[in-house]
Parts: sequence; structure tokens; C-alpha cells
Amino acid sequence: MAKRFQPGIVSANDLLSGAVIYLAKDGTWVSSMAKAEFITDEARAAARLTLAEGQPEIAVGPYLAPADDTDAGPVPNHFRESFRAQGPSAPARKSWGQAHA
Amino acid sequence: MLDAQENPTRSYLDRRVAEFRSQVQRRIDGALTEDEFRPFRLMNGLYLQLHAYMLRVAIPYGTLNADQLDVLAEVSERWDRGYGHFTTRQNIQYNWPKLPDVPDMLARLADVNLHAIQTSGNTIRNVTSDPLAGAHADELMDPRPVAELIRIWSTDHPEFQFLGRKFKIAVTGSPSDRAVTKAHDLGVRIVTRNGETGYQILVGGGLGRTPVVGKVIREFLPKADLLPYLEAVLSVYNLAGRRDNKYKARIKITVNEMGLEAFSARVDEAFTRIRPAFSGADQTLLEELQSAFAPPVLPPRDTGGFDAARRADPGFASWSDVNLRDHFADGYAIAMISLKPHGGVPGDASAGQMRAVAQLARDFGHDEIRVTQEQNLVLPHVAKADLPALYARLKAQGLATANVGLASDIIACPGMDYCALATARSIPVAQQIAETLADHEIEVGEMAIKISGCINACGHHHIGDIGILGLDRAGVENYQITLGGDAGTDMRIGEKTGRGFSYDEVAGAVERLIHAYLDLRDEGERFRETLARTGAEPFKAALYEEDTAHAA
Repeated sequence: MAKRFQPGIVSANDLLSGAVIYLAKDGTWVSSMAKAEFITDEARAAARLTLAEGQPEIAVGPYLAPADDTDAGPVPNHFRESFRAQGPSAPARKSWGQAHA
Repeated sequence: MLDAQENPTRSYLDRRVAEFRSQVQRRIDGALTEDEFRPFRLMNGLYLQLHAYMLRVAIPYGTLNADQLDVLAEVSERWDRGYGHFTTRQNIQYNWPKLPDVPDMLARLADVNLHAIQTSGNTIRNVTSDPLAGAHADELMDPRPVAELIRIWSTDHPEFQFLGRKFKIAVTGSPSDRAVTKAHDLGVRIVTRNGETGYQILVGGGLGRTPVVGKVIREFLPKADLLPYLEAVLSVYNLAGRRDNKYKARIKITVNEMGLEAFSARVDEAFTRIRPAFSGADQTLLEELQSAFAPPVLPPRDTGGFDAARRADPGFASWSDVNLRDHFADGYAIAMISLKPHGGVPGDASAGQMRAVAQLARDFGHDEIRVTQEQNLVLPHVAKADLPALYARLKAQGLATANVGLASDIIACPGMDYCALATARSIPVAQQIAETLADHEIEVGEMAIKISGCINACGHHHIGDIGILGLDRAGVENYQITLGGDAGTDMRIGEKTGRGFSYDEVAGAVERLIHAYLDLRDEGERFRETLARTGAEPFKAALYEEDTAHAA
């Protein structure tokens, strides 16, 4: 049985920086998920993925990520996408350069 | 110590960098698709992770000199975010490189003979070894010349560039296995028999989704047979290993499905065929390597200052109790440098810290630095007389945490903070546990807590006293706990306890386990010994006490 379609957004990684990017309604790539196009039907999702896959010089590994829609734009509904959207939860520099008492 | 290794040669590294530079350019220009480019970037240690690319650089057998560590620091500042992450396989990873910069990074690394070749892909990976090699009092023989011989043989070996899956080799020269050889596809242990030096060979070990303890395939392999025998093992695996299913493609599965005896028979057959091709040039090279790795000259030094400093400074006394290991030379010690400050990211070092350690190696450590499988650094040859000064300078850099081998010396993979394969976070779990246990870890004593953020087990959770595996259970992070693993000479896989714990519960669960251990242990008993004596039940009762309370 085919996997049931879930509404969401198209995401990928930027070719040059590797950063997380999202496909906006106007076909540009943005770094904020809130500005991504929220896709509610399967045909539209397929079309947007095709568009994304046609831009290998910008987007690496585009895929449809399930999300929820809110007044402030799409938000992640799984923790993996939350971490992708927010960056590492552990501040790398927390303890650097401090002497230990 | 090898200063200017001839293998791989500089011209070879230059060619590889130039080749990759042109591949990167063709990818950026659109001449290569991502599918076409991916194998090229992986051949050069470049992954695409959650938020960025990641470049993995090999530190062969975990040995660096000060100039090399300085360049690792410089690379992190010029092209990354000013820090590096030391891994459980003696590599360093940069978490934020930009694709167009990677060829420049590799070119700079090549200046000091470092590279990222075979740090990814289905090839023979970085050959790892005992981080205390050539220094520890209990060592039979320095394993690094053998590790270097294997590295030279395996680098760019034409037959083994497209194996069914990755292949990891570790070498130890000590009866205390500090190289986790039993968790490797192939382990080499230097042994003696009737006064003759040779090798015990292990195959088919590994962690991951199917943890297997490596099996002895040869009790005693004569010295001159090492490379042809390894080539025989690899060639049998290359042909017989499965390629239909990625998860069944490691040699551990080949050995288990074929049976050790049948596998061994095929290796012997291949060995008979291959052996004559090795005319002895490898043994001449090994002899040269042995003299290149000769221990530094260690003049006798007075230890009076060391003893006085221990009496005068409780911080130094505590650090030297916990972080020093026995050196073979009187008046010297092995200094372990913790990259696990309480609440810090396990294995991370800033550029400033790397430079400081490099300078300490020049000033006090005979220009040698080691990287451990536990994600710490080591100065292997320090006169005890220099330790108070060393300690003061480490302290100024936030590098003097006295916790090596203790509960907060936690191995943690990058987990879902960085890794695209992860199913849960590891680093913040390690941070919480370290902060929770910091106050009583001296009382607890030796304790290995290891955390992996997915079933691939880069955090070695199977072989920790307490192992933690982070999984995605119905869209929520869930942490499964195993008990009684052992990474040592008699490696043992830990056993699962019961239901997993949520992200918010896991540090508390580990704390309950530690308290149960303190209550249950007899004097001088390590965690795994108490567990063996009492069985898992009292520990499970501590873990699940709330469940029991609710049921009552």
C-alpha cells in the first residue's frame, strides 16, 4: 500500500553551504521554514518536488517533510525537522576557555 | 615518531586534492549531478549532514605531532567554526565546512601529511591503535609500526576500493586491549609464543545493529605473514560478502553465515595463493618503521617537585590521581587530557585548546599527542617533574577536568545535533548526565557510560558499563539502556534492561543506576563485577522504581 500523503513542505540542503533550505511559494529557496510553501495536496507536492529536483545546482536531496500549518507559517511536527530548523541544540562553545575551579 | 612519512607521498596527496578540486568545481558548475558527485566526495571524507557538510580527517593510529595539531586548529579557524570534534575512531570531524572550501582545507592538511582519504566509503578505514602505544608500562610492543605498515598497504589498495561495506582494522600491542580490537572487522593483537613475536588475528567483530564480538581466526600468525594474511581475509570477504543488503554486508555477517571454520578454510586457500607475492620488502619496511617509531630519549628526572605539588594542591592531586597512566620509564607519566568538561560537548576542542596542547607537547611531551577512542587527548611522555606546570596550563585552557575513566568521561556520538543518520540526540544527554554525576563521580570510580544516537552505535553503547541508545519511537526520542558491556580485552556486549526512557527521564534513570551500584557494591568492586554478582534485577528495580511504585 502506498504511503498516505501528509501535508508539508519541500526541504533540502544548500549545495554550497550544506545549510537547511525550504522551497517557497514563488519558487525561491529560503532559510526559514515559516516562509516555506505549505503543500496540502499530493499533485502539488509532486510538482514542487519535480521543480526542486530540477535545481541540483542549488538544492541537494530535496524531499517532502510533513509539517503543520499555523498562522505564522509551517512548523515542524517531528523532532528531526525541528532540529534541522533550529540547528544543534547543544551550544558547542559552552565550556570553552573557562578555567575549572 | 615519524616526522615526514613517505606514504602516502606528498605528490600523491597533491594529485588527490587537485582531482577533488576539479570534481567540486564540476559539481558547482552543474556538470555533475549529486548522484554522480556523492561517491567522489565520500572518497574524500566529505559527508552532507543535517545542517552542513562534515569533513572527517584521519589521525592514523591516533598519533599526531605538534605541527599537525596546529594545522588541525588552523583549518578549523580558517574554514570552519573554530573547533573540531574528535571521534571514537581516532578521527577529527569538522562540522561546518563549505563545499567550495574543502579542497583548500585538504591542501592545507596535506602540508602536514594529513588527509581524509578512506575516512568514508566501502574501503579499509583509518587504522586505529592503542592511544597509549609506545608509552604504557604494560605494553609488549609498540603497535604503531604494524598499524603504519597496514595503513601503507591499505591506502589506495586497488583491490579493496569497492568492498561490500566499510572495513575497520585495529592493532594493539598490549595485553590490556585499549584499541577495542574485538569490535573491529579485523583485529590484530601482538603476541609472543616461545619467544617469537607474532600476531593473534580476530575477525568479524563489530557493533552497529548486529553487535558481534570478534572471533580468533588465527591464534598465532608469524610476523612475515601479516600482510598476505590480511590480503587473503579481505579478498575472501570482497568476493563472498553480501552485496544485496547493506545491513548484512559487513564481514561479521559473512563469518556468521559461512561459519568461522569454512571462512577460515577459504582464507587459508587464498593465503597459499597470495603469500609468494610478498617477497619480504614489507618486512624491510616494517623494520624501518620500527626504528622510526623508537621511543624518545627520556633522561632521568627527579620527582620531588611532583610529590610536593600533590601535597600542596588538592586540585592537582586529584587530577594526577585520575588522569595519569603508568609510563614504562621511571619518573615519567602518561597524561590524559579530558575533552569532557562537565556540561561540555564530548570530544570537542577549540582551535585555542588544540594549539595549547600542541605547545604543551613541544614543551613537555616530546612532540607527541595521541587521540583516544574515548574522545580525549593524551601526552604520552611527560616527566612527572613537569606535571605541575602542565596542569596549570591545562587548567587555564579548561582542559584540566579530572575525570578520565570516570562517569562523566562519556563517549557520545554527534547524534541528532549533527548527524543525518541519527534517530535521537546524544550530546545533550551526555551533558545532563555529566552534570548530574559530577559531584560524586570520584566516589563512584571507574565507570564507562556510552551513548549512541542511532542503532549504528558510533557511541559504542553496547560496550559501556551503562549503554544508552537513542531511538525514534512514534515521533518521540526514546532512550534504551543496556547494562554490563565491556570494551576491554574480553569484550562483552551489554544486555538491554526494559522499556526506554524519554529525553527528560534518561539522566535521572542513569543516576538511579549509579546509586543502586553504590548501595550494592562490595569494596573495590567495579560496576560490571557487582552486576555479575547480583544479576540485573536490583538494577532494573532501581531503573523502574516508579513503575513498581505505581503498581503497588
